[in-house]
Amino acid sequence: MRDSLADIATAPLSRLMHFLRRQPVTGAGETIWALDGLSFEVKRGEVVGIIGRNGAGKSTLLKILSRITEPTQGYAEMHGRVGSLLEVGTGFHPELTGRENIYLNGAILGMRKVEIESKFDEIVAFSGVEKFIDTPVKHYSSGMYLRLAFAVAAHLEPEILLVDEVLAVGDLEFQKKCLGKMQDVGKHGRTVLFVSHNMQAVSSLCHRAILLDGGKIAADGVVEEVVSKYLRWGTNTTGEVKWQFDNAPANDVARLIRIRACDEQAVTRDSFDIRKPIGVEIEYQVVKPNIWFTPSIQVANELGVLLFNSAAQIDPDWENCYPEPGLYRSTCWIPGNFLAEGLLTVRVTLWGFSRPPHKGVVVHDAVMFHVYDNIEGDSVRGRTTGGYPGVVRPKLEWTTEMMDPPDRKTPSGLDLKSGLSVRTLF
Amino acid sequence: MTSNVKVTMIRPTSGWVSLKLRELWEYRELLYFLTWRDVKVRYKQTALGAAWAIIQPFFTMIVFSLFFGRLAGVPSDGIPYPIFSYAALVPWTFFAHGLAQSSDSLVNSANLVKKVYFPRLVMPIASVTGGAVDFALAFLVLLGMMLYFGILPTWNIIWLPLLLLLALVTSLGVGLWLTTLNVQYRDVRYVVPFLTQLWLFATPVAYPSSLLPEPWRTLYGLNPMVGVVEGFRWALLGTNNTPKPVILASSLAALLLLVSGAMYFRRLEKTFADVV
Repeated sequence: MRDSLADIATAPLSRLMHFLRRQPVTGAGETIWALDGLSFEVKRGEVVGIIGRNGAGKSTLLKILSRITEPTQGYAEMHGRVGSLLEVGTGFHPELTGRENIYLNGAILGMRKVEIESKFDEIVAFSGVEKFIDTPVKHYSSGMYLRLAFAVAAHLEPEILLVDEVLAVGDLEFQKKCLGKMQDVGKHGRTVLFVSHNMQAVSSLCHRAILLDGGKIAADGVVEEVVSKYLRWGTNTTGEVKWQFDNAPANDVARLIRIRACDEQAVTRDSFDIRKPIGVEIEYQVVKPNIWFTPSIQVANELGVLLFNSAAQIDPDWENCYPEPGLYRSTCWIPGNFLAEGLLTVRVTLWGFSRPPHKGVVVHDAVMFHVYDNIEGDSVRGRTTGGYPGVVRPKLEWTTEMMDPPDRKTPSGLDLKSGLSVRTLF
Repeated sequence: MTSNVKVTMIRPTSGWVSLKLRELWEYRELLYFLTWRDVKVRYKQTALGAAWAIIQPFFTMIVFSLFFGRLAGVPSDGIPYPIFSYAALVPWTFFAHGLAQSSDSLVNSANLVKKVYFPRLVMPIASVTGGAVDFALAFLVLLGMMLYFGILPTWNIIWLPLLLLLALVTSLGVGLWLTTLNVQYRDVRYVVPFLTQLWLFATPVAYPSSLLPEPWRTLYGLNPMVGVVEGFRWALLGTNNTPKPVILASSLAALLLLVSGAMYFRRLEKTFADVV
């Protein structure tokens, strides 16, 4: 079963208004193509994230697929029942009770009455508002309202689910619940198109992502790479930078040739699995002899916080080194399970200490790379979704032992006097 | 595997669009829920609750009886004036209510229109059917009045459901036109009360249609509500004024209104989500 979508669509609002006001549509009016030459295919069971800046056309795409707006040109073909979650709580009426609104909202979303009845208890349990289910919703707090609305929507079981930014509202707990439920949906083999600005949610839920820009597809592929591309939008920094001889950063001591981020197989990359080591490779030329010399890197996160500084002088082969003039390649290895998720920028400095003032060849924002976590289970965050604090995320060793055990046996006959030592890696 | 998988094709439409009645039938449960919602919401938080359904036609009848019946001396086809006008006011109120609700239905549910898919025809239909409960209550009072005046219904009462259907079709037909226009030109909602009032006087509620000589009377039936009102009186009260040609003319006119209204609605439906 496939969903095959080929779309060229538009919402020429200004043109429409001209028509309705019976004004002549001269060339002075501007036609805006909300989606332009968009074409893609989603296979059954794929969970696809749709990302992009505001105004890129993401909501218009979902509106067309939900049959709320009609395309001006092109077509879309969907195989399977379609459920749309463009807003949570659509159709809720404040005067009606929670119970009545469940039926109403369920019917609006496309559930049959028998279906709603059979899932009624589950919906109420999921929402956590059992006590107030027979009170008019206008008395609910906004949290209760959202939970109830999402509970109804979460029990919609279409083959194709279209979700638009519903995570943008709600507190942290609500968002965690939404994400959890959506993960379930994905696991049951349903096809999901998920529009969001929350890159962490997109990375953890989706296998594939499509980046929209100005109504066109700017990227389509593995989620980490597409998210990476989106995050570094507007900057020119990538995983690699190199220079021609003439315009390379240099001083009388050394000259830079190339800097790149690479994995253990020496492949240049701009996105890395959080568990894997990352190599920052610097190729340079030493010009002047007898200079105490060391290259160094500084790594900062998205917020500009400097995480650490490291220099080659700690390399046992490098100590007290006065390198001969020539071409060199130094690589700094950042271990896996050390950095946190996000976008990291590297500043490279070639220090030459001949006499004060110390001179260095500095390149700010030399390379940039994205660290992601697949939530497969063996990274630090394990399988937890949602925000994980800390500017670094080292995998540390934990040991636990029970202190001063009481002199008694457990029901299973285990003698606790011997003490327990549990060693866990967290 | 692919045998019973629903396939949806989304394509641009142009010009006149089919009514898609089958899809409307699939969404009948939604129609039921929306009607139920309208009825429920109308009566929650009101002090008089269901009494409102009766107050409007009843007090209008009292005012009419006083000023048209007694003071102006308007004839009433041989039956007591109060019941003469009330029997007309009951279906009239149903029509007026349906008209007012359906002409506003799309704009009132703008958030639904923008966020959820369902055949948009469901909205005006639900607005019109929402008046059914009110009608039933007012009708009970009518039966009570018939008892009071000692008038027994004739066998023609079996035509009553059809006549009610005629009223429904009329209010839906006009409602469809108005709601489509209302989406584009918001002044339509201010026209509706005025239109309803004019229409009330253009319909033989306060006076009998027998005031008109024959060829004009049948032509008068082109106002669909004439057929409804005279039909009600004929079926319930036994007024012997051969309304059949009038009812025929009314039915034709109502059907025309409905079909044209539905087609106009469907044609502009694709713009609703953007413009409403």
